[in-house]
Amino acid sequence: MKEFGGKVLFLDRSDINTDEIIPAKYLTEISKEALKPHMLEDLKLEGFDPRSPEAKEAGVIVTRANFGCGSSREHAPWVFEVNDINVVIASSYARIFRQNMFNCGMLAIELPGETIEKLFAHRGGAKISVDFKNDRLTIESAKGKETFDYPISGFDKALVEAGGWVDFADAKY
Amino acid sequence: MAMTLSEKVFRAHLRDEPFPGTKVLGIDVVMCHEITTPIAINDLVARGKDRVFDPAKIKVVIDHVTPAKDTKTAQQGKILRDWARRQGIRDFFDIGRNGVCHAIFPESGFIRPGYTVIMGDSHTCTHGAFGAFAAGVGTTDLEVGILKGVCAFREPRTIRVNINGRMPEGVHAKDVILRVIKELTVNGATDCVIEFHGEVVNAMSMEGRMTLCNMAIEAGGTSGVCMPDEVTVDYLWPFISSGYKDKKEALKDFEKWRSDEGCQYVKVLDIDVTGMSPQVTVGYKPDQVKDVSEVEGTAVDQVYIGSCTNGRIEDLRVAASYLKGRTIAPTVRGVVSPATPRVFRQADEEGLIRIFMDAGFCVTNPTCGACLGMSNGVLAPGEVCASTTNRNFNGRMGKGGMVHLMSPAVAAVTAIEGRIADPRKYGKGGVK
Repeated sequence: MKEFGGKVLFLDRSDINTDEIIPAKYLTEISKEALKPHMLEDLKLEGFDPRSPEAKEAGVIVTRANFGCGSSREHAPWVFEVNDINVVIASSYARIFRQNMFNCGMLAIELPGETIEKLFAHRGGAKISVDFKNDRLTIESAKGKETFDYPISGFDKALVEAGGWVDFADAKY
Repeated sequence: MAMTLSEKVFRAHLRDEPFPGTKVLGIDVVMCHEITTPIAINDLVARGKDRVFDPAKIKVVIDHVTPAKDTKTAQQGKILRDWARRQGIRDFFDIGRNGVCHAIFPESGFIRPGYTVIMGDSHTCTHGAFGAFAAGVGTTDLEVGILKGVCAFREPRTIRVNINGRMPEGVHAKDVILRVIKELTVNGATDCVIEFHGEVVNAMSMEGRMTLCNMAIEAGGTSGVCMPDEVTVDYLWPFISSGYKDKKEALKDFEKWRSDEGCQYVKVLDIDVTGMSPQVTVGYKPDQVKDVSEVEGTAVDQVYIGSCTNGRIEDLRVAASYLKGRTIAPTVRGVVSPATPRVFRQADEEGLIRIFMDAGFCVTNPTCGACLGMSNGVLAPGEVCASTTNRNFNGRMGKGGMVHLMSPAVAAVTAIEGRIADPRKYGKGGVK
């Protein structure tokens, strides 16, 4: 089982869409690796720089509501995957993006707005580690350390354990 | 127990429930285009599983970038083309016969009431107009759909939208759906199916219903849905006539999918269209919608008429009714993309292509075109497009560009004036 977690990239906005995560002009690529330099290239967010160390070194994204809305492009989870981000934590997701994350064996964790707020309080040099077995995550920063349980359905957990939906479905159907 | 349409479709297609709340459905139509499918094909090949569950249930089109614009898009087309041939997929629409997926597949009679439909494209919700459950999915879901003919869903809840009243002149299905999105907001229908009911929907053509359902995803909806009725039967009759004694028998068969009286809705929204204004988006989210009067006069650089939302024959007829005998403003670039070859041919036969060309529009081949800024019609930074498409996201039609979503009627008069304009000022059929 792979490790989930890393340095946190905080994206303080709701409704971040898939065109912002990976613009359509790069959908002509047929390898995931080719997407790598273009992560969050068109994100409209005050002060955000996709080339900043915070973005480059991130392993986890913490954000607000309706993350990944818009297109069905799985290029959105893929551009995270090739940039070594395998966990997104948000207060809600667009359905297709959320499913795409788990289908790729990655985590799209949904937490209430208040908990997201508590995570944002750690902004500036925070790290998150995920205890996948126990459905629990820990955030650590200069402000201290906090642990939160997160909900995950049996199916989503099984997808991550199987390494994604293709392997799961291939074994079962 | 009283059930919604999608609950009935789920029950009829249920293959497995591996975990409580997760329903694995058998899929009737798996649709593929050249942007999201090649990576699935390459992965199947790499896994040594280069097969398809049923070539007759797989429909394939090249539509996003066609003709290919560069080596990469040529390669995407080639992967899809070679695969379709290799797998014996007969319903493959290549250049010359291709058009926008969500226009050409329904036009070909592939979607029926009660069907389950998936595609690696978020606007797959369009096909719910036929009383189907139709959902956009990612490449992995698509890959499993191709290989196994199944897809997993959480059973969606249903939002009922009642659309009643008298449609004013100059107001169309696009205005209605923009109003619905404004009310629901961009995530108001997440994990929900949106059912469209009411006298306005009943009176709408299949084209109008597809425009409604097409934008269900802009409110986060899994599928838009209209109840199958006589309009559905009439549209599908050329494809189904051999299977039924008459239209009455077909209607009876289709009606079994309609939501039952007393079924459960998580939300009911009532929209009265009487006196409604044409609607236009502002900003970068499709729920940022205003009456046309509030944005009238905004200068535009380009007007785009087309896409899976508004590139069908009715849309071109509406736009042409305003453009007839007029020319577009010299400051505007007009681009129209008929959604399919059949729409193109029909528009030609009806004299619409001539009207667009005389007005100063560039008429492109059927393609997704400017909608997502990956082939033609891309905006320069700072430019504004009045567009009949479905998304106004930042950078959607080109980095730094601004897109205002609107109906073909508003787009046409905007092209004439060079600024966002109100079609009602032009009177019935565009006669001022």
